[in-house]
Amino acid sequence: MTATADHEVGRARARKEDARLVTGQTNWTDNITLPGLAQVAFLRSPHAHARITSVNLDAARTAPGVFAVFAGPDVAAEQGSLPCAWPVTEDIVIPNHPPMAVDTVRYAGEIVAAVVARDRYAAADALELIDVEYEALPPVLDMPAALEPGSPKVHAEGNKSYTWTLANGDLDAAFAGAPVVIERTYRQQRLIPEAMEPRAVVVAPVADEFTMWSSTQIPHVLKVMLALVTGIPEHKLRVIAPDVGGGFGSKLQVTAEEVLALILARRLGRPVKWTESRTEGNAAVHHGRDQIQKIRIAAEADGTLRGLDVDLLADMGAYLMIVTPGVPLLGAFMFNAIYKMDAYRFNCTGVFTTKTPTDAYRGAGRPEATYAIEHIMDDLAVHLGQDPLEVRERNWIKHEEFPYTTISGLTYDTGNYEAATALAKDLFQYAELRKEQSARNAASAAVRLGLGVSTYTEMCGLAPSRVLGSLRYAAGGWEHAAIRMLPTGMVEVITGSSAHGQGHETAWSQIVADELGVPFEDVRVLHGDTAISHKGMDTYGSRSLVVGGTALVSACGKVREKARVIAAAMMEVAPTDLEWADGRWAVRGDPDQGKTIGEIAFAAFAAHDLPDGVEPSLDSDATIDPDNFSYPHGTHLCAVEVDTETGWVKIRSYVAVDDIGNVINPLIVDGQLHGGIVQGIAQALFEEAAYDDSGNLVTASLADYLIPSAADVPSFTLARTQTPSTLNPLGVKGVGEAGTIASTPAVVNAIVDALRPFGVTDVAMPCTPERVWRAINSAVNNAPPALGGTTPRQPPAQNQTDGGGAA
Amino acid sequence: MKITLTIDGVRYDDDVEPRLLLVHYLREHAGRTGTPIGCDTSNCGACTVLLNGKSVKSCSVLAVQADGASVTTIQGLAASNGSGEDGWHPLQRAFHEEHGLQCGYCTPGMILAAVDLLNENPNPTEEQVRDGLEGNLCRCTGYQNIVRAVLKAAGSTTGAGVQA
Repeated sequence: MTATADHEVGRARARKEDARLVTGQTNWTDNITLPGLAQVAFLRSPHAHARITSVNLDAARTAPGVFAVFAGPDVAAEQGSLPCAWPVTEDIVIPNHPPMAVDTVRYAGEIVAAVVARDRYAAADALELIDVEYEALPPVLDMPAALEPGSPKVHAEGNKSYTWTLANGDLDAAFAGAPVVIERTYRQQRLIPEAMEPRAVVVAPVADEFTMWSSTQIPHVLKVMLALVTGIPEHKLRVIAPDVGGGFGSKLQVTAEEVLALILARRLGRPVKWTESRTEGNAAVHHGRDQIQKIRIAAEADGTLRGLDVDLLADMGAYLMIVTPGVPLLGAFMFNAIYKMDAYRFNCTGVFTTKTPTDAYRGAGRPEATYAIEHIMDDLAVHLGQDPLEVRERNWIKHEEFPYTTISGLTYDTGNYEAATALAKDLFQYAELRKEQSARNAASAAVRLGLGVSTYTEMCGLAPSRVLGSLRYAAGGWEHAAIRMLPTGMVEVITGSSAHGQGHETAWSQIVADELGVPFEDVRVLHGDTAISHKGMDTYGSRSLVVGGTALVSACGKVREKARVIAAAMMEVAPTDLEWADGRWAVRGDPDQGKTIGEIAFAAFAAHDLPDGVEPSLDSDATIDPDNFSYPHGTHLCAVEVDTETGWVKIRSYVAVDDIGNVINPLIVDGQLHGGIVQGIAQALFEEAAYDDSGNLVTASLADYLIPSAADVPSFTLARTQTPSTLNPLGVKGVGEAGTIASTPAVVNAIVDALRPFGVTDVAMPCTPERVWRAINSAVNNAPPALGGTTPRQPPAQNQTDGGGAA
Repeated sequence: MKITLTIDGVRYDDDVEPRLLLVHYLREHAGRTGTPIGCDTSNCGACTVLLNGKSVKSCSVLAVQADGASVTTIQGLAASNGSGEDGWHPLQRAFHEEHGLQCGYCTPGMILAAVDLLNENPNPTEEQVRDGLEGNLCRCTGYQNIVRAVLKAAGSTTGAGVQA
């Protein structure tokens, strides 16, 4: 499916969405104004863990411009409990999660009161007048300590939420007598998603019906969940996701603020708006990652993998949100990655702490898994004295072995790891860089070179409903699309996938243009409003094109089949005499005779001469449930220069070769990869949601939580290999998360590679200059740190060892 | 306090609280919602506008400090120097053509910061563009296409061509 002059699919179309985005005509939720709109502000707990002993709202209630003030007890009867839709085990502990705390707060940032006022300034003033007394309780911040018998409890039920296990093959046999066993513990630090648009919600009540605008990735899921949580009948709710400024999983949520805005609008009988500040959001938007990964591999003397054993502690935070407990499970199927082995065991325990709840963040489980396996594959290579690509090639699934069922039970449809790696090595000039690295090491250069490898794959395109059901997820993974053929031949496309930056309006137009033989410009894509798009499963897990695109192709096919009958009547031939060629129904053998979809649409609209029993409509819809996940893969290679005197890391070059099957729009695909790669680099080098000993988030603002700027990252060299997916008619694989999944291990492996001569085997993320410097200066092969910073360091030993030295 | 200012070519006379931020004035008093708010510590740059032709983060300017000034937002940029069939400013066109935006939330600020950058340095290197846009954060694009768009706009114009 390559681009030709006649084909839209494959063309680097500049986006339709941009016309409003570059001119400031965007409809962000916070832009919405309505007559009588009141502003909501929330008071949040300054304590990680405390009992609320008294709340005095009197002064706030009489402040100027204040309509109402509420604390937890005022809404306790109607606020319900925020939903967890993924009870991963039968005996999972799912604590009650009131949107507004009633008697106890369990993380700093939890809502304890709400003000409704005439504007945001009056609301902010009134918050200051609310007096809450707390009785501090001990914070629970460390996962292993939280599981000790004497630990303070986050919830009465205890600090363990669940333990979930996946096993296949004889692990004991794999490890027994294995010539090589390597065991490591890696830390996946806690991250904050930081979509550029802070969350916002507007609710307009009219009689007993409610319209909600929310900066959400999931208007359809949200609507169902709001009905279940509040008891408002589902058909009295309409949810609109207008323009949404990024999500990365953080807006895949049913939030306390959404539920409370709905309840407050109902109480007051007037429209309300809540807009988050960044500082508020850093503590209140769900966080991502935060795992302790104990990983063990057994291998033959030549590096052939025998077994893999993974033990995870996953920080749930204080509560389970919509898919909190399921995120590590998405990683369970990915630790084995592209590699063959005899046995695998995965074990994960979800732990409660008094921190902001965690949930899906770009990649959701797969970046964590990919990091761990790609890191330990490097450790294996070093142990064996092999090149990291050599040990990978020894173990990866060969291209002729597809389709291949992995040790974790997934069946990968297509892939070619050899081709992607060969192209990446070539573009990267791998051999030349290795020579330069050796020369710098031999000269004990102050600035070392490190080469990082990441041969990732991932599972995306969420998801086959049967698989989700078997994993105890509450909903399905299908997607919906509809086509409305307008009388003038224009096309309205409705998708249940809700875009927030991905470019659906452009990519969907390209697909429909080819499927229906209409100009790209004649297609308009509608999404994100449950009154227009009545069903959908929304956007996350790199699913929109793989699942939603399949539904779209199916809906287009239905339009064509309806059109065929009408076209046959128009031309007075039998439908079987027609063939679809060059974007129209033409008479077989007489291609001059044909009708375009536009002509047929007008005939259906006029409906004067339709055959008996044929409805006057070409409209269609389709709902598609995928049979399998989608498995993009690729080889990312990163070269870093590490200043061993300062710990400064500079990414010198980065090559990404990705195989995402067929490409609808290369411009959009490259953009997804650029952004994804930088988000993965951000985890490797810059970002960490850090808490102090009292459980306060100390990275609450963008001054403290360091998301990279243009000056912090390089340009990337991108290239593609293509093994079209056999799992969907477009032959596409997901691309939204691939870059993030791939890049974190590529960067950290490069840093560690630069520092192996010093005996360093790991640097904890984020690899800040201080951590890199400390890793060098505490490593076994290095002299003690020089005080004063002017003394030349001792030359490090040249041999690479598998000793200690982890930072 | 009484203020008079010009926003995208229109004069506004108003009476505002001294503490009112310029960005809130633009969005909630003047209805210029093309300028979004991304943070509360002046780190992200989403709210960048031109104040008398120089880029400022409008969250760190009080409305009263803009008394007597001329403000250009993303909504007035094209009118100030639109060209070509689409009537867009060269930077708006370059961001579109080079796919320099995804969700688009940082885009107004990014474009206005780039206008100022190119006014100061009409022919920047990639490194100068990256350093010059350091105060504007984007979470979607990884910056590569933003940088490309700014370099393209610089190349497509000469001298005063990109000035607002």
